[in-house]
Amino acid sequence: MIIPTTEKGAEISRRDLLKKGGAMATVTLAPGVTLMAFGGQASADGLKKGARWGLLIDAGKCPEDCSACVTACSNEHGWKNNGLDTDPQWIRKVTLREKATGRENSLPVMCQHCDEPPCVDVCPTGASMKRADGIVLVNRHICIGCRYCMMACPFKARSFVAEEVTDQRTTTPRGNGTVEACNMCVHKIDRGDGTTACVEACQATGNNAMIFGDLNDPESDIAKAVSTYASMELRADLGLGLGVRYQNV
Amino acid sequence: MEKVTYRELRSTPKVWGFLILCAAFVAAAGLSVLYIEAHGHIVTGMNNQIVWGLPHVFAIFLIIAASGALNVSSIGSVFGKKPYKPVARLANVLAVALLMGGLAVLVLDLGRPDRLVMAMYTYNFTSIFAWNILLYTGFMGVVAIYLYTLMTRGMDPRFLKAAALLAFVWRLVLTTGTGSIFGWLVARTPYDSAIMPPMFIAMSFSFGMAMFMLVMSLTTAITNRVYTTELRVRQARLLGVFVAAAMYFVIAHHLSNMYLAKKSAYESWILLGGGIYTKLFWIGQVLIGGIIPMLLLFQPRIEAKRGAVLLAALLVVLGGLAQVYVIVVGGQAYPLDIFPGFEVSSSFNDGVINSYTPTLLELALGFGGIALALLITGLGMKFLRIVPDNLTDDTANAPMPAE
Ligand code: SF4
Ligand code: SF4
Repeated sequence: MIIPTTEKGAEISRRDLLKKGGAMATVTLAPGVTLMAFGGQASADGLKKGARWGLLIDAGKCPEDCSACVTACSNEHGWKNNGLDTDPQWIRKVTLREKATGRENSLPVMCQHCDEPPCVDVCPTGASMKRADGIVLVNRHICIGCRYCMMACPFKARSFVAEEVTDQRTTTPRGNGTVEACNMCVHKIDRGDGTTACVEACQATGNNAMIFGDLNDPESDIAKAVSTYASMELRADLGLGLGVRYQNV
Repeated sequence: MEKVTYRELRSTPKVWGFLILCAAFVAAAGLSVLYIEAHGHIVTGMNNQIVWGLPHVFAIFLIIAASGALNVSSIGSVFGKKPYKPVARLANVLAVALLMGGLAVLVLDLGRPDRLVMAMYTYNFTSIFAWNILLYTGFMGVVAIYLYTLMTRGMDPRFLKAAALLAFVWRLVLTTGTGSIFGWLVARTPYDSAIMPPMFIAMSFSFGMAMFMLVMSLTTAITNRVYTTELRVRQARLLGVFVAAAMYFVIAHHLSNMYLAKKSAYESWILLGGGIYTKLFWIGQVLIGGIIPMLLLFQPRIEAKRGAVLLAALLVVLGGLAQVYVIVVGGQAYPLDIFPGFEVSSSFNDGVINSYTPTLLELALGFGGIALALLITGLGMKFLRIVPDNLTDDTANAPMPAE
């Protein structure tokens, strides 16, 4: 009986700290506080204890001509792809053709939210960072724009902002001269939406090719799905422990 | 025997002309940086696939040349080769100047150079980049101490030797660090290799020596000082050896890649089908930067062929820039293999060779780095006693003031 009580106590004090915010929370929950600097309003629901947020993408259900997730991400975060090589693309649809069989396939690729993120390892300033719940972010306030993280990322997940940004979303600060990537809609997670813009859009199309959830929570849809059906991570040979998994590639 | 004496360069029109020319290039670089800052990197040739472009090529070239230039001084102090001793001071100043030139380019090409101070207090110690910042600043400090021991009258030779040794070791570590920037990019086929750091060391010996020889020739040409035949011949031969060593690592790198199934596609691309990169490799790096300089440097009676030696040093520098271009830009042009076994296509250049066309702005920035290095060296020679004044082929073996 003692242990659950203690845990509950800890939970309450954490909520209190988060409501008060400020310096005390800095000590207790450093990753959450850095998050607030991004404009997100952290809530206790978002920073679920022991969570490992992830995405499961079923390539078998993803039609080649659909890009609802890409459009949704662009709208949610305010980045635009006008077809220039300098335009950011947080998420992109990739068409695959198996060399041996000719089978064609299509799927979205975004930051894979590595458990051992090379981008975080190489970043000289610590602007690239991984939260306790597995979300990998760039703190745009300390990124110096060296682009070493872009060299290190195995998935080309990151983009460099090469011009002044217009039409910024209040929930997604962006800035010329800094690097950015999919942040798993951290503002939505932290305000308790329990989903991401891409997953919402994918579900709205009826394709249901994407699931968002806590991989560490055995009761979650995503955890149940990965424990039942075969799924894989990209470049598993690199051993980076990705938060995004794929099925039927 | 007469002692070697050092004197500041006299204020002649040639000396001032040279310094002003360098300053003009530095100013042009400054203007292009302001322009890039005002408009964003969109005005450069870089994009989301080629994120490090021409400025990085110049910066990395200068940084590895810096540690190689210091070598000229180590050969005298650490390895006791007499003819090198009189030019040790100049080699030290040149080394620091080259490093400053390279770092300036690197920093000014950041997306947010204004935030550099930030990088000083938000340090990530797992980053090899962050370590390099320490190695670079340390290098300047160590070389400054070494220079001080060289320039102080009556300095205990043991101190001199210790400082020289420290500087020598530091430079090896520094170049290893620079090479590791690439060696650690595990997901990129062209870079993922343990041979990168030793190859960078061999390259640094050769680029640094060539830069030193060019600066020495230039200095003696615009002043009435002497580049002794003995030193020139020794340096020429040694440069030939360094070029050969660097070539050896290049060959070893490509041969070992060919054995790895996952790298053979990259090898056939870069060696045969890589367009501009293949041309730069064979014509720039191998022919201009390797074979021709070796033929020039290993010819008999080299002592009578000053022009050939000078040309060889110039070709080593040009070939070296081509080599760094092939490594930095060519390495990024080759697509990442995110889905082995699949052909891929997307709106984000997946599966295609990435294109990059450098702009004049980037070239100006790169030249500015070289000009800054030369300007610092020139000012060093103008205001410090680092260039021997009475060196002739007869006094070259005279005792050093510190001895
Ligand atoms: S996918 Fe790339 S950007 Fe995302 S965490 Fe991994 S290395 Fe970093
Ligand atoms: S570009 Fe920014 S986030 Fe990326 S490594 Fe450099 S400082 Fe870190």
